[in-house]
Amino acid sequence: MTPLTRRQMAWRAAQDLRDGQYVNLGIGMPTLVSDYLPPGREIVLHSENGILGMGGAPRPGEEDRDLINAGKGLATLLPGGAFFHHNDSFLMIRGGHIDVSIMGAYEVSASGDLANWATNVETLAPGVGGAMDLAAGAIEVRVLMEHNGKDGSKRIRQACTLPLTGKSCVTRVYTNLAVLDIARDGVVVREMIEGLDVEALQKLTDAKLALANDWKKLTPPAL
Amino acid sequence: MINKIVDGFAAALAGMKDGDTLLCGGFGAVGEAFALIEAVIALDVRDLTVVCNNAGSGLVGVAALLKSGKARKLICSYPRSSDPQVIDDLYARRAIEIELVPQGTLSERMRAAAGGIGGFFTRAGADTQLADGKERREIDGKLHVFEKPLHGDFALIKAHRADRWGNLVYRKSARNFNPLMAMAGKTTVAQVDEIVELGALDPEAIVTPGIFVDRVLVAP
Repeated sequence: MTPLTRRQMAWRAAQDLRDGQYVNLGIGMPTLVSDYLPPGREIVLHSENGILGMGGAPRPGEEDRDLINAGKGLATLLPGGAFFHHNDSFLMIRGGHIDVSIMGAYEVSASGDLANWATNVETLAPGVGGAMDLAAGAIEVRVLMEHNGKDGSKRIRQACTLPLTGKSCVTRVYTNLAVLDIARDGVVVREMIEGLDVEALQKLTDAKLALANDWKKLTPPAL
Repeated sequence: MINKIVDGFAAALAGMKDGDTLLCGGFGAVGEAFALIEAVIALDVRDLTVVCNNAGSGLVGVAALLKSGKARKLICSYPRSSDPQVIDDLYARRAIEIELVPQGTLSERMRAAAGGIGGFFTRAGADTQLADGKERREIDGKLHVFEKPLHGDFALIKAHRADRWGNLVYRKSARNFNPLMAMAGKTTVAQVDEIVELGALDPEAIVTPGIFVDRVLVAP
């Protein structure tokens, strides 16, 4: 059994984005989703710092230090793109104008609670950025994260142990092992990697899992 | 005749006093008025409150101002941007008070201040510990939290071009918080790349009308 790489995880999340959707990608791994948008679909990326129609990283010679993404890396603008100020940007976010938000997380609960801004470690100042606005206002919130912490901790939990970003907001979680939906009655496994069964996945997961009748093998391309 | 163009930091920052709240534009380093903000360090002022999305990077701009010890408090959404050495040190020593605000709430609080609105209810953060101590109310079945306006004594912003009336245009994602802060500052000072003749800016494209701007300074 081979867990997905970060790029394969981003690829999988990208496959669910539909033509015409307005999508906000969080900092870190979710930013990689922009590299795997399926060809033939016009997907408009929103960046919280006032961009719609954001493109990927600039080619050498095309860098512009006034054009950055939410992670503060250099970005580009696609034809049809627009710039606007922060208030318009967060009006889009809170007002239900963003179809899909893909964020990283520390923990997700069986009822879709999201914890992704504070750990219980007090040595570094926590930051929330736009995560609470996205959790409250995006039409759908999807999470892209490693199934378990580096220390083996379980991150898909019956209830979150870390401070919440938002309650009952996450609808789908992409991990390096599986694709899981937060359904009305709990966590449903939609896809699993080759060589994994639901009993083994359950041992790595705190929340109680149900296996979808039509579950599939998660088979990403080599990335 | 209206001429908001000033020549020098002393004129740009005249009137700043102890305890003032400074709205500092920028998202990371982009759209940050580095020269204006660093000029505050030379003033004889203290107990400032700095409002900025981030706490600065390296030892320049907002980071330099915080390191100078002139700020008592920081209001921000995401303190640790790239190279957060200054805020990490201040936080470790508990040498600064930090009020953490969701990014959209930070922006909306300044818009409320700018527009004479006494506050607003938002769902962002309502069911989190950032709403503790604030009024919560269920509106249409959803929990909201009450947030107050955020006024600035000074707004120190960065724009691309200005005219002598203080009309401003920005450049790409360097716009970010700057237009909001321009509106929410009692005294708004814009650091710009270039000044153009009155009438040279396309009126359809002016982002910040000069009514919100008090002083304009050209600085790199």
